[in-house]
Amino acid sequence: MSVDSCGAPEQSAPIPASVDVEKETVITGVVRAGADPVSGAYVRLLDATGEFTAEVVTSAAGQFRFFAAPGNWTLRALSRQGNGDATIAADRGLNEVAVTVG
Amino acid sequence: MSRESALVTADWAEKHLGADGTVFVEVDEDTAAYDAAHIPGAVKINWKTELQDPVRRDFVNKQQFEALLSSKGISNDDTVVLYGGNNNWFAAYAYWYFKLYGHGDVKLLDGGRKKWELDNRPLNKEEVNRPATTYTAVHDQDRSIRAFRDDAVAAIGVANLVDVRSPDEYAGRLLAPAHLPQEQAQRPGHIPTALSVPWSKAANEDGTFKSDDELRALYGAAGLDDSKATIAYCRIGERSSHTWFVLKELLGHSDVRNYDGSWTEYGSLVGVPVALGDEPGTA
Repeated sequence: MSVDSCGAPEQSAPIPASVDVEKETVITGVVRAGADPVSGAYVRLLDATGEFTAEVVTSAAGQFRFFAAPGNWTLRALSRQGNGDATIAADRGLNEVAVTVG
Repeated sequence: MSRESALVTADWAEKHLGADGTVFVEVDEDTAAYDAAHIPGAVKINWKTELQDPVRRDFVNKQQFEALLSSKGISNDDTVVLYGGNNNWFAAYAYWYFKLYGHGDVKLLDGGRKKWELDNRPLNKEEVNRPATTYTAVHDQDRSIRAFRDDAVAAIGVANLVDVRSPDEYAGRLLAPAHLPQEQAQRPGHIPTALSVPWSKAANEDGTFKSDDELRALYGAAGLDDSKATIAYCRIGERSSHTWFVLKELLGHSDVRNYDGSWTEYGSLVGVPVALGDEPGTA
């Protein structure tokens, strides 16, 4: 994954060219502590019952990305700066959600 | 096997960094993680290029495994401590390999890379060069811990089948864990009569394993009959290695096999039964 950590922070992680965003339900965003992106945070995607579905580590710009299905999801981030949660009702296509830790 | 012999804590590991006869080995899905930073002195095993046959879908054979461990500087009498990202999925997969070929003393680092990082324990980028050894596998593959597709089909309604994927993969609503694209060739669903016990229920949020009492309660409540043989499966056999480790190495069940073909094989087979939805289904 390429990340330009010198420029303005991107709001979502890049999608590989082979992936058809029309068919996927992409959940993506940035983990922040205050205004600062948190790299190396562990982001867990939990389903509507709270069960674990997947986990990724944020990029240098604090970005994460999941391929899920339409529905309600919870994002839970663990980091050295603290932990935090966010929820999203996702639809097919690109869904952006911010997670704050602290 | 028991928790004491199969698992080490991060505290134990930090005290044993650089100890003679102890080799730390990182095994990751994201094989670039090691290069960015690793536990001091740890060597890397790439699960894709070093543990798989380069042509057909199978493991490295005994000779390839011996060559790999020799090149990594691992001896037969070394204590091997495996760790990795993704809550130790691929480290557990490698642990199972070491057992397949009979390595004497192999352990998992409880919590893996995640807990190590969250605890702010030491990591560095220093290149690690261990002198090559002459490793000799104790025996060829131990078939008593590996299941094949015919074993999985024969287990329907007879033995314990444990599907350790997420509930949405079990039901057929997702085809892969959600950090991967969902366009896949397999049919969705699960093997009929398989219990759904996601691997993640066996682990805490920080990646450490739950206590033995919690684990016994988990599989008991799910309906696992420990008087019967058990086959665990997932999508490609790595998450089910995690559950195999729990049942066989932590809880000491006697007959537990990992079906490494898992859903990417079973879901592509012609003519086998498949169940859809949240219930196990019938034989």
